Amino acid sequence: MSAGLMAYIWEGLGVTLMLTVFGALLGLVFAFIAGLGRSSNRKVVRGAAMVYTEIFRGFPSLVLLFALIFILPQFGYQLNTLFAGILALALNIGAYAAEVVRGAVKSVPPGQLEAAVALNFTPMQRLRKVVLPQAVVAMIPPFSNNLIELLKATSLVSLVYISDLTFAAQLVRASTGETTLVFLGLLVGYGLIALVLTTIMRLLERLAARRLGRQVPTGLFARKEAV
Amino acid sequence: MNEVFDWGGVWDAMPAMLDGLVVALQATLIGYVIALILGLAFALLRRSGSRWVSMPVGFVVEFIRSTPLLVQLFFFFYVLPLIGVSVSPLATGAFALGLHYATYTSEVYRSGIDGVPPGQWEAARALNFSRRRTWTAIILPQAIPRVVPALANYVIAMFKDTPQLLAITVVEMLGAAVAIGSETFRYSEPVAAAGLVYLVVALVMAWLARIVERRFGQVRV
Repeated sequence: MSAGLMAYIWEGLGVTLMLTVFGALLGLVFAFIAGLGRSSNRKVVRGAAMVYTEIFRGFPSLVLLFALIFILPQFGYQLNTLFAGILALALNIGAYAAEVVRGAVKSVPPGQLEAAVALNFTPMQRLRKVVLPQAVVAMIPPFSNNLIELLKATSLVSLVYISDLTFAAQLVRASTGETTLVFLGLLVGYGLIALVLTTIMRLLERLAARRLGRQVPTGLFARKEAV
Repeated sequence: MNEVFDWGGVWDAMPAMLDGLVVALQATLIGYVIALILGLAFALLRRSGSRWVSMPVGFVVEFIRSTPLLVQLFFFFYVLPLIGVSVSPLATGAFALGLHYATYTSEVYRSGIDGVPPGQWEAARALNFSRRRTWTAIILPQAIPRVVPALANYVIAMFKDTPQLLAITVVEMLGAAVAIGSETFRYSEPVAAAGLVYLVVALVMAWLARIVERRFGQVRV
């Protein structure tokens, strides 16, 4: 493969990683807003959070991507294509992750909350000092799954001509004709990125658990979870 | 070209959407049957006593699950003809969809099998049941009803992944929308129509899944 084609691949890898990282960060913001919103005292906030999660979990992410790129300009909003990609991915994964946040917050034992109330913590202090430190540990393993789903979803942007890894691979395939090799290599590439991401999340989980004085079962890669 | 969003255009795209819906449902249904059967096979093979079976199967399952469906679609679409298998794009798409989701359903089956109390295994052994009979008469009848709700949810997930088939020339709803767009140079209305149909069908499926959950969700003792 010529150096020029290799440059496409590296560039594509950069775009894929950027979509994954920024999609995850923005998705995390949506997830926390909607997930915490689900347990708000105010009905309006609860309703809005529920509508967000239900709608964006119900929509195929590819349709969402097409909508942001084709429909939004008709209403007078033209987004940068790459940003539209990140936004579509983040809206989608954020809706799934919001359910994770909600579940994790609910899993904090009620006694902890009562203790915080008894100690006269403000609602904000309750959230920051008592609920979140415990809930975050429970969130990390399912977030790890969400992150892999996000990584996989980034390949969809190649269909709206954003030059990510899959798009670059298509270019290489078209110019070399090495179909089997290119797609196998692409699959292995995504598999390796997924492995790296899973490992990072696993380390994060240990770090978060250690701060609470808990132990996480050892084993860097292998980890079985109930679905 | 009119710049304003035209709701009439959404309505005009509906007949093509319904044709696309039939294709999308076919792909979902065929893919789902593959996912149910192959997923069970994966789950059983991963429990095999021989490491030479369980490890490679485990690796393949994890690999398929952590790589994008879109790339797998491309792979089968371009590589199958090279090795002399020529099937329709729809069949290729349904197969790839089924294979991808088999890795998810295999985890669901696994959790169901793990949920069967150990006493059931011991009782089957005490009664001198054969391996086959232990699985078919004792373990699976208890494991599968437990996981029916989780399995039903994957129909919806698979349906939501069918738009990706447009990448391999299958004209499902989004593909039909793009086809209309390339004729009329207006993409937004047909894409909106496709989105509406996806949302409605996904909601109907969620409602059906809840009914299935209520009917089959319990283990009959």
